[in-house]
Amino acid sequence: MEALTEFIPYILQNLINALQRGSFYAVISIGYSMVYGVLMLFNFAHGDIFMLGTYIGFGIATLFLTLFAGFLPGPVIFIATVVITMFLASWIGVFVEVAGYRPLRSAPRASAAITGLMIGIIFETGILILLGAKRLSFPPLMESIAYNIGGVYFTNVKVLIIILSLFLMLALHTFIQRTKWGMAMRAMSYDFLAVPLMGVSINVMAPLTFAIGAGLAAVAGILYGQAYPILDPYMGVLIGWKAFVAAILGGRGSIKGAALAGYLLGFIEIFVATIFPSTLRDLIAYSIILLILTYRPRGFFGMEHSTKLRL
Amino acid sequence: MRKIACLVVVTFVFAMMFSSSAFSARKTVIKIGINAPLTGDIPKVGEGSKYAAMMWLEDIEKLGGLEVGGKIYDVELVIEDNESKAESAVKANTKMITQDDVLAIVGPQSSKQAVPAGEVANKYKTVMISPWSTNPNTTLDRPYVFRGCFLDPFQGPVVANFITEEFGFTKAAVLYDVASDYPKGLAEVFKEAWEKKHGAGSVVAYQSFTTKDTDFSSQLTQIVKSGAQVLFTPQYYNEVPLIVKQAKDLGWKGPIVGSDSWGSAETVELCGEPCYGQFFSSHYAAAGAKGATKAFIDRYTATYGYIPDDVAALTWDALLLAQQAIQNTGKITGRIETDRTAVRDSLAKIKNFAGITGNMTFTDEGDPIKCAVIVKINDKGEYEFYKSSCP
Repeated sequence: MEALTEFIPYILQNLINALQRGSFYAVISIGYSMVYGVLMLFNFAHGDIFMLGTYIGFGIATLFLTLFAGFLPGPVIFIATVVITMFLASWIGVFVEVAGYRPLRSAPRASAAITGLMIGIIFETGILILLGAKRLSFPPLMESIAYNIGGVYFTNVKVLIIILSLFLMLALHTFIQRTKWGMAMRAMSYDFLAVPLMGVSINVMAPLTFAIGAGLAAVAGILYGQAYPILDPYMGVLIGWKAFVAAILGGRGSIKGAALAGYLLGFIEIFVATIFPSTLRDLIAYSIILLILTYRPRGFFGMEHSTKLRL
Repeated sequence: MRKIACLVVVTFVFAMMFSSSAFSARKTVIKIGINAPLTGDIPKVGEGSKYAAMMWLEDIEKLGGLEVGGKIYDVELVIEDNESKAESAVKANTKMITQDDVLAIVGPQSSKQAVPAGEVANKYKTVMISPWSTNPNTTLDRPYVFRGCFLDPFQGPVVANFITEEFGFTKAAVLYDVASDYPKGLAEVFKEAWEKKHGAGSVVAYQSFTTKDTDFSSQLTQIVKSGAQVLFTPQYYNEVPLIVKQAKDLGWKGPIVGSDSWGSAETVELCGEPCYGQFFSSHYAAAGAKGATKAFIDRYTATYGYIPDDVAALTWDALLLAQQAIQNTGKITGRIETDRTAVRDSLAKIKNFAGITGNMTFTDEGDPIKCAVIVKINDKGEYEFYKSSCP
């Protein structure tokens, strides 16, 4: 009995840890999936767009905190930071589409994938040259308050990360299901050759998709900065790869799938490290995912034909 | 025709660029290589190394050059970035030795780079002094490789003893990066020392992660649950703030103790208040230093605007050691292989070298016997001398 009272908080604690980690994977992997849905290519610069979004968030947050910290309440500064960062970061998404992918739209898909990787490297080294290799510390946008309920520890920041991520995903879902733009996006993902002939311009839809993806990544970046407040130019690489894995696992082009797989990835990573020695975490976690993909190559919600497509 | 002319010019320019090093070697300019992580995971470490080296060069230039056996030689620094990667450190050493014809190398700093880079230096018979690498393998069976600091087999027990004496704890937890030579080696040494003192199983949680991880929540949850009284984490300044912050968020209340890798000037800047009151072992403490150490600290602070960390001080010592060794050879022949061996032999003979981080005499392995300092991060975020521990 005593073992049980210790065991349950322990599991709950790891559940919260996993939810936080999974939230980041989910929000970032949606960016991959959306772009895939519309253009049938994976935007490999997405991890670095996330990084740039975090740096923009850092800049805006620092600016606002120095200017308004005295007389504006914390939540207002937080919301303003999120909104402005989203807006600015979405232009980066547009830039990547227009400058990087548009000229290559009729080129082989491998070229586009390589372009994505190149853009990523340009962003990383650009930040490195611009700001130097020095680590930056993301300023806390709210005071962290720790709670302890029956041996389960969590902070208001953690709760906010989980809730805001869920809210964003819900908002995106509504946008895609209920609006005309969303309908155009869905149509595009069914057939991106026929839909432009029906008067939906791909030159509008593609930048819009990139913008939304980048905006989401930027919010993830601000939240990431609250949870792990050390910024470096290469911070987007690893999390970008993992979110990409989540996008594949969820099914190419499926936003619902990407979100679910993002959370699943968080859970697998955290619980593998809980059960097995933490050194084996990634080995076991990604072996599990490899196994899932072996038996279900199109992922959870991918369309049947998507397995026949490369990249 | 024009194309061919162009090609000839380009080839010529390249040839000039590559051979310029050979030309200057003929004039016997003394070149010292600096192999430092200017970018990558720990750029602040590279910055400290570079600044200390520039200060040293300034001193030499003030004297008009380096005097060896009655002759004055110009000194040049070749500073290479190892990006905090093992393979880049190896590349940097190879380039400095085979292309730039350096007489001696100072660096790399962390063991992850110093262990593989030392292999190259030893193979090419070129003196390499790693100021900051504490892993035994850096100098092991490598006559040409030296270091400027104590070793982990010494540091581990120092920390274990300190925690036992200071807090009287018997249960410890360790969190370390399994993919990096320095934390991994030190974690093992600490575990062994702790269990020798408190019996098998007294390290109640022994958790690891891999480089570039940012989320340690599952490891820390297990550490909190294990009932450990103290957490030892021999990590670098880019990870320490994350570990300390996440530990506190997950309900960790005990002290968190670190090792000399915490000593960077940026640990406190990035970590802030959660790190105040924590302890770590180090090579020197800036607050309350005296004599030559204080003179170095004041000069560095005046020039670069922040208090130098242990890396800067150790790099300074390593350069002075190299200088002394070069001067002790008595003459520069201009034949780089001969000179390198002469420098190695004279460096091994140096006794009781008075460095700003303590006196140094090398053992046969090229390791100095030095004292360690326990530093407390005080309420103002300064590194304060707490106690020292000598072998």
